[in-house]
Amino acid sequence: MPDDTPYEMGDIDIAWCPGCGNFGILNALKQALEEMEMKPQDVVLVSGIGQAAKIPHYLRCNIFNGLHGRALPPATAIKAVNPELTVIAESGDGDMFGEGGNHFIHTIRRNPDITNIVHDNMIYGLTKGQASPTSREGMVTPVQTSGVILRPFNPISTANALGAGFVARTFSKDMELTKKLMVEAIRFKGYALLDIFQPCVSFNKLNTYQWFEEHIAPIDSDHDPTDREGAFHLSLEEDPLPVGVFYKKEESKAYHELLDAFSENKEPLWKRNLDRREKLDQEIRELR
Amino acid sequence: MRYPREGYSDISIVICGEAGQGIQTVEEILVKASKRSGFHVFSVKEYMSRIRGGSNSTSIRIGVDPIRAPVRRMDIAVPLSKGALDHIKWRSDENSTILLDSNLADEPESYDHGPVVKVDIKNQTKEVGGPIYENTVSAGLICSLLDFDKAVIGDILKERFKDRQEDVYEKNLKALDSGFEIGRSIIEKGEFNVDLKASDETEDRILMKGIQSIALGAVSGGCDFISSYPMSPSTGVLVGLASRQKKYGIVAEQAEDEISAINMTLGAWYAGGRGMVTTSGGGYSLMAEGLSLAGMLEMPVVIHLAQRPGPATGLPTRTEQGDLFLALFSGHGEFPRVIFAPGTPEDGFNLTARAFDLADRFQIPVIIMTDQFMVDSYTDLDGGDLELKFPLRHIVRTDADYLRYRYSMNGISERGIPGYGEGIVNVDSDEHDEEGHITESMITRDLMMEKRMAKMEALREEALKPHMIGDGKGDIVICWGSTLETVKEAVDSIQENISILHISQLYPLSKKVNEVLSKCRRKICLENNYTGQLARLLRMETGLSVDHTILKYSGLPFTVEEVAESLGKYLATNGGEN
Repeated sequence: MPDDTPYEMGDIDIAWCPGCGNFGILNALKQALEEMEMKPQDVVLVSGIGQAAKIPHYLRCNIFNGLHGRALPPATAIKAVNPELTVIAESGDGDMFGEGGNHFIHTIRRNPDITNIVHDNMIYGLTKGQASPTSREGMVTPVQTSGVILRPFNPISTANALGAGFVARTFSKDMELTKKLMVEAIRFKGYALLDIFQPCVSFNKLNTYQWFEEHIAPIDSDHDPTDREGAFHLSLEEDPLPVGVFYKKEESKAYHELLDAFSENKEPLWKRNLDRREKLDQEIRELR
Repeated sequence: MRYPREGYSDISIVICGEAGQGIQTVEEILVKASKRSGFHVFSVKEYMSRIRGGSNSTSIRIGVDPIRAPVRRMDIAVPLSKGALDHIKWRSDENSTILLDSNLADEPESYDHGPVVKVDIKNQTKEVGGPIYENTVSAGLICSLLDFDKAVIGDILKERFKDRQEDVYEKNLKALDSGFEIGRSIIEKGEFNVDLKASDETEDRILMKGIQSIALGAVSGGCDFISSYPMSPSTGVLVGLASRQKKYGIVAEQAEDEISAINMTLGAWYAGGRGMVTTSGGGYSLMAEGLSLAGMLEMPVVIHLAQRPGPATGLPTRTEQGDLFLALFSGHGEFPRVIFAPGTPEDGFNLTARAFDLADRFQIPVIIMTDQFMVDSYTDLDGGDLELKFPLRHIVRTDADYLRYRYSMNGISERGIPGYGEGIVNVDSDEHDEEGHITESMITRDLMMEKRMAKMEALREEALKPHMIGDGKGDIVICWGSTLETVKEAVDSIQENISILHISQLYPLSKKVNEVLSKCRRKICLENNYTGQLARLLRMETGLSVDHTILKYSGLPFTVEEVAESLGKYLATNGGEN
């Protein structure tokens, strides 16, 4: 384990189960940030609630650990108010696709320059083993007692259909790929989705390390990641589930670049003077 | 008929028509024309939740003294559509003149109140260019009856229509001529006499709607971010700030839902912006979890809650003061908050600006409560009463050892933002330590709860004093928010020694409230709701009970007459000691 990055927290109590896929994701993230030479002061990690959503507490950078399902709205606003920050919204599949599903849809439409990392373990871990939006059909849980009857949510197809500029998937055990895709996603200008398959060793007895290894396959090198329809077809493949970059194409402008507040003045809002007395006085006089 | 009526100094005019008929244009023209002709003016609309059809009305009072409240009295009525007269005839009496279009001659089936004067608005518009000019013809007609200078209205039409196609302005001028023509013929017949003395005291005054007062107050308070979901009657603030994005450097976003809106706004404050949301009851309910998050993160946020009658969708375009308890108790857990309820547009402006300062300094949510009546009220005022200040961002440059939630005596820790300084800024919805990291330590929990709640002491010290009118020795009428001016005029109209206590900061309450209520005689609480929420809040906070409540929950605001009658009745039946 690397312990010399500027992101290390030292000796802390981590609330994840031994062997959890989250550890791999945490390490990959620290390495990715280090590789990009990001100052912890310039990075904001936004998360919701759940085991995955605790990740901001385990590395040293600015954090906004908000409500369940609500990581994307503050992440969007943080970037819009201060575009100089690097903003990563990171949580689990239940958080991003279930509770936060509406924000997932509309954040993609907004195209903020943020990275959306999802720990996708196909189960609710912290609430002890209920189905998540990405649980496979038939999985038996204490609530879905005869097996899951809902069709699994496909974040890759959804993001692609909504026009996300960067859509990729990886497996937490594959540190190199995970780190590489994190770097690509963070560098990408615009909304970038990185869905990370991750085993839940305590509650998901179906989608184990072995299951993922047997049911994923790297995307063929002849896939053209700028081909949106091709990416969509690829996203529908279920066995094996493709990992790698499905789609990558930068729009000319990200959300904040299209805002009137930045059309002439590029400075973050906090640096701007708020003395509006002259303009406002003029405006009030015109109400005569 | 002579106007103003004996004993009055203003004329009350009601225009009623279908949605889409341009009643609001008439309102706009008449309000501006009145002020520019040397009169004080007040107008407010009541409307249905639809885009076309139905019956909507605008009531305009024009007078020689400042006017701020709606009356039931109707001096001149202009029904412009089928069903319009039926909609407003409950307000008429033997002194109400109905200017009834000859095409609506059958309307209503029974009408036996005041004089009906036939007018030819609809036929006139055929010559000008069609029914869309009915509003300008009507405005011209009324202005002519009031003896306003036609050139003044011409200027208003020019300002309003100058950016449209060329002939729009020309045709409106023609419509104005037609209206003036109709008015002149009525006056010539001697059926109508208006005697209002213009003065020059309104020349320098400005015209403002309640909703504008909130939007401009936000600009004044240094708002540079708003995220909201459209919902009547709150949307005007989002529209107002969106139209000023470039001018003042404001980010305005229409969120996918209210949950997103408030969470975005908290993100904006975290990154150094100054954000607000604007919403009504239903949307506010969706924001409750976000409000609680603001409490835990100690994140400033300003919330404009424009009330309308609930529960659920209720009456979407009507008014009520039914959400005081919602504002007070919303959000799980315990955390400090401040609630304002402006009673005038001046208050709306100044309190909204103050909300930003208070939210920022104390790192708390501040809620500004208005209602449909308040936001749609339109009146003249002295622009000098709007306090223009230079707001400061209460943020600090962080050092390497910065702690977002460092313990302090008054509960306030210096607020750093990411990217400004060497520190790391952590905020967490879990209970957290000084650094902002998740904790389950019970000792820390106690300390953090005490730190957050410690702010209440200073907040109470800074609480706005209630607005007191009268000596407070006799009976007192207690009210909050939008009802102030109606109560004032009603109390003025009855010959009794009654004082008024208007509370514009509902939480935390100023100590002064307790003082006043301990000394007065009978306490009468007037509210636009069913349960008397302020009366209950007063009992909760001061231990004092009111003697009587005057409540209304029909969806319409109180009128001056209604308040005077209710008060009179109570005072008469309980004339002695109770």
